[in-house]
Amino acid sequence: MNTNLTVNGRPHALDLDTRVTLLDALRDQLKLTGSKKGCDHGQCGACTVLVNGQRINACLSLAVMHDGDEITTVEGLSSDGRSPLQAAFVRHDGMQCGYCTPGQLCSATAVLDEIARGWPSHVSADLEGPVELTREELAERMSGNICRCSCYPGISKAILSVAEDGTVHREAAE
Amino acid sequence: MTLDLKLDTPFEDHRADQLPQGILGHEQDRPDGWLKVAGRATYAAETDPDGLLHGVLVRAPATGTVMLSNLAEVEAMPGVRKVMSHPKMIRNAAQGTANKAPVQGVDHADYVGQPIALVVAETFETATHAAHALIVSVDGVVKPATPDEVTPEQPDDKQTILGDPDITFADADVLIDETYTTPAMVSAAMEPHAATADWDGDTLTLRGALQMLKFNKNELADSVGLPSEKVRLLAPYVGGGFGSKLGISADCVAAALAAMELGQPVRVVQHRRQVFEVNTRRSETRQHIRLAASKDGKLVGLGHEALVSQLPEEDFSEPVIQGSHFAYAAANRKLGLEIARIHRPAAGSVRAPGESVGVTAFEIAMDELAVATGVDPVELRLKNIPDKDPESGKPFSSHRLESALKQGAEAFGWGSRPDKPRQHRDGEWWTGTGMSAAFRVNMVIEAEARIVLSESGATVQSDMTDIGTGSYAIFQQIAAELLGQPMDQVTVELGDTRFPPGSGSGGSFGAASTGTAVWLAAMEIRQQIADRLGCAEGDLTLQDGIATCGNTRTSLGDLLSDEITGHGHVEPGDAFEKVRQATFGAHFAEVAVSDVTGEVRVRRMLGSFACGRILNPRTARSQCHGGMTWGIGMALTEELTHDRRDGHIVNRDLAGYHVPVNADVPDLEVLFVDERDDWAGPMQAKGIGELGICGAGAAIINAIHHATGARIRDLPATPDKVIAAMTKAGY
Repeated sequence: MNTNLTVNGRPHALDLDTRVTLLDALRDQLKLTGSKKGCDHGQCGACTVLVNGQRINACLSLAVMHDGDEITTVEGLSSDGRSPLQAAFVRHDGMQCGYCTPGQLCSATAVLDEIARGWPSHVSADLEGPVELTREELAERMSGNICRCSCYPGISKAILSVAEDGTVHREAAE
Repeated sequence: MTLDLKLDTPFEDHRADQLPQGILGHEQDRPDGWLKVAGRATYAAETDPDGLLHGVLVRAPATGTVMLSNLAEVEAMPGVRKVMSHPKMIRNAAQGTANKAPVQGVDHADYVGQPIALVVAETFETATHAAHALIVSVDGVVKPATPDEVTPEQPDDKQTILGDPDITFADADVLIDETYTTPAMVSAAMEPHAATADWDGDTLTLRGALQMLKFNKNELADSVGLPSEKVRLLAPYVGGGFGSKLGISADCVAAALAAMELGQPVRVVQHRRQVFEVNTRRSETRQHIRLAASKDGKLVGLGHEALVSQLPEEDFSEPVIQGSHFAYAAANRKLGLEIARIHRPAAGSVRAPGESVGVTAFEIAMDELAVATGVDPVELRLKNIPDKDPESGKPFSSHRLESALKQGAEAFGWGSRPDKPRQHRDGEWWTGTGMSAAFRVNMVIEAEARIVLSESGATVQSDMTDIGTGSYAIFQQIAAELLGQPMDQVTVELGDTRFPPGSGSGGSFGAASTGTAVWLAAMEIRQQIADRLGCAEGDLTLQDGIATCGNTRTSLGDLLSDEITGHGHVEPGDAFEKVRQATFGAHFAEVAVSDVTGEVRVRRMLGSFACGRILNPRTARSQCHGGMTWGIGMALTEELTHDRRDGHIVNRDLAGYHVPVNADVPDLEVLFVDERDDWAGPMQAKGIGELGICGAGAAIINAIHHATGARIRDLPATPDKVIAAMTKAGY
């Protein structure tokens, strides 16, 4: 089935088996193996990518459902692999084996955006106003990405260091 | 030339403290970190050779003789290339350091979930569909699947009796006599086991998710019937292991056999649910612990008798009592291990086999003794530190438990803790603190490494793996420090059996084993440079690319018109006969327990660890974070559930088996006790990857008791058990 995907800014016209997941299309067809397959089940978050700016588990979505979508993978987070978030992960040792790292980075990118937009979570104190990026808020939002090496302290420090003053207002994002 | 070292004697010359560059022993980035954050580190399933075929393993739905009734029809499906049920396919992964094929033959299923066939097709989707279409029937012979159904083996070499423990238990002033249970657990590394095999008619090249390549190479060669020199393994990046990738796994052997038969490269990736079944799990344990003590908490006798399980044809057994042999002084001792031969998926090494569960149960018992005697838990441990190995009488190579306990207690603020449980309430939450000691044996494995130094920098090579442990970082630091190179001029190449055989990753021995081989290789190069300059190696300073000998300063570039190669080789020696060597630590935890639901939240944790010289505090700290977090999982959420009837794993995925997530883990504090263990080799460094899990769960369980008065002896402490234990305690 013909499917057009824009991945990391580049258009791709693919002829896909309808059974191919978005994750496998990225890894096997487009050779973008940065997105990882940890469970193929939507349980670990290693395959997290951004679709039209929002994070999803690429293993739970069929590629043909994404005709016309814009997808960002870890390879597209920066041109040199050294964005502030990527550098912070290295500096704070937000990884060990590295297998969950691309998913953590894509999730973290989306989390900062969600908070800037004022989208509340289960632990947000206020559903209406700006969301404060506390350690608890971050932990809640990052809990869909399992790290069995257990680098959660480093991951959280890395993300908080990039978020600077901890409170990102909606206005600032817009 | 090779610089060989057998570890027979202590290294009292602390050379690494005198090196000028300030690289070794200091925080450094992981060089592989930049590839990992960019998505450019390539794991086992991430090569894409021409003509790649995809294989999917098929599992046994029951135990017994296997029949594939529609094999021909499935093989005829469009895009399917082969349905393989090869006699050389393996039933489960090899045990660590097996060095030979594990049990082979998949016409018979010894446990539910065992691989019994491989379906190979042109695409992953076709292979998956065909694997589901294959009708597998098994004659379904019912085999024992719970420990209570069999009489366990009692191997003579796993039983210890010293003094007269039974009389001591009968006559003691204070006796703790309790049974503790821990469930089966799994490694659940994030990268599923995977292999990409390529056969060129002469040599098999396999990229795999493996921890110990020099052993894995022989295991694979033996499995598929090739001479070892015709097998090349590649594992430059491995997405976690924790013991589950120690031995060659079913995907590797199946991919290799299929590639050899079809003449095309084949990739086999285990599905997450197969990862749970096909690779080794940590056995469940039942531990009978007895502590006989004087009224002031001095141990006079201890008993630690454990029951574990294993498949009939496997020789590994969870060494539950390993830490209890040396942890505490007591003249009268009874330690034993029993093995129930049952048909659950094979048991094997999972992070810190033995102490992870053995020390955890023992440290809960020690807390019960502290409560019974009224002695402070930290003080109780201090009172019972042995001055030599309590069983062999050998001296300890170095023993810093006292420092770990005292420094940890001070940093945690232990002193302000009320003695009695159930003293602090914060809304519905009872809060309290608990602690435990940590013990882990220290090991060294034979290892080799090579360094080539040229004008453009140094290249370190070994078939050693980095499974997240920091091998790339510390080898880069060792070479840079000793050879006077900036970090960015040292390249580390790992995970290829064409390089010198390292130790592999496992048992916390990587840094002290392969790290020492890298040190020796660098030392051999230093010797050659010193010879060129006509001075003794000890008088040579290499810093920032300059060689200094006495009053002579020479640019290394001028000395290196050719390449200089150093080769290091270390092997364990008499040191292990002369001294008892181990790592020690202490865990402290604060928890909140809901009076309403029984839910437990860990509010903070601190670990203090003595592991010899710390080579890179940043990567070492991350290892400790990992161990401590596994302690949270062991204490609160992780439990593999086996069906009582056939032993199959009920919760064989990450939705059913709960590993800690970000929200379960508070900020973790790690302290390193300053230590140089002279018996550990020229760097005085010991292992660190496993100590962090040993006893960590006990600190949490003990904190639950302090918070609520509820004693949990059956892990994990799920809310139902916490509520029941609070009720039993009269609350």
